[in-house]
Amino acid sequence: MKRWLPLILFTLLSAVLYVGLHLNPREVPSPFIGKPAPAFTLPTVEHPDKTFSPAQMQGKVWLLNVWAPWCVACRQEHESLLQIAQMGLVPLVGLNWKDKGREATALLAQSGDPYLACAEDLSGMVGIDYGVTGTPETYVIDKRGLVRMKHIGPIDAEAWENKFMPLIKELNR
Amino acid sequence: MRSMLLVLLLACSLPVFADEARPLADDPVIEQRMVDLASDLRCLVCQNESLAGSHAELAEDLRREIRSLMKQGKSDKEVISYLTTRYGDFVLYRPPFKPVTYLLWLGPLIFLGIGLGVWYATLKKRRAMPDQTVDGTQIAAAAKLLDENL
Repeated sequence: MKRWLPLILFTLLSAVLYVGLHLNPREVPSPFIGKPAPAFTLPTVEHPDKTFSPAQMQGKVWLLNVWAPWCVACRQEHESLLQIAQMGLVPLVGLNWKDKGREATALLAQSGDPYLACAEDLSGMVGIDYGVTGTPETYVIDKRGLVRMKHIGPIDAEAWENKFMPLIKELNR
Repeated sequence: MRSMLLVLLLACSLPVFADEARPLADDPVIEQRMVDLASDLRCLVCQNESLAGSHAELAEDLRREIRSLMKQGKSDKEVISYLTTRYGDFVLYRPPFKPVTYLLWLGPLIFLGIGLGVWYATLKKRRAMPDQTVDGTQIAAAAKLLDENL
């Protein structure tokens, strides 16, 4: 036993370090899980004279996608969002975060608008209220207006199949 | 004449710098409080930088927010709770002492305890060992070995 102790300790340490290698420090746990999605009222990119507020989505499971025209990863994600919108499984609401150049309107007109509505958060304060650290981030909000999941980074096929779809189906039941 | 001109030019440039620095020096007391508080907070974008030292845009926004909360008369505690309700305990460089962090805070003490235990056990075992007796022939052999090496 005594002879094996160093080997056992080494193996344990290696296992801990190996697991650590695959942890993503960007995956900060959100304190909003299970809590009400912060309220806001913002004009929309599509119709600046109209406003959007989460209360309008009461009774629906919906996604809040935080993005920005200056964000490269968001452009990658755009295609997936268009597909998600086409599926019609879940309404997609955008939050255009800190778009100082006001490029969102042109961008959505040019490359397609996957959003039911896209709120315009110029100052970035609503993003801060949601604990946004970088774009893109997507929140799954349930019928009662509670945040059920936060996804950091672009939604790819794998995240959609394994994280979003099962949760959305369950919440819609 | 030339140096006069230089002095004049420098004098002209001074107000420009002063203008840029104004938002910071607006209220030195609040600025100091903000910097003190933000040095113990993590910037969410560059995670190894403090909120006070980061140049990330989000850090700037958050510093501005902390400043304005302080101007509204909020205490340090209220400012911290503003941040933790949004970003979680992850923003704190000094995590709070609660069930999830017991291992984090008490871990070093546990390891110290284990170390002390091993140390004590070793000493006890050593003390329990019988004193070895050395006879004359062994001493002679040892002396011979030493001599050879010299």
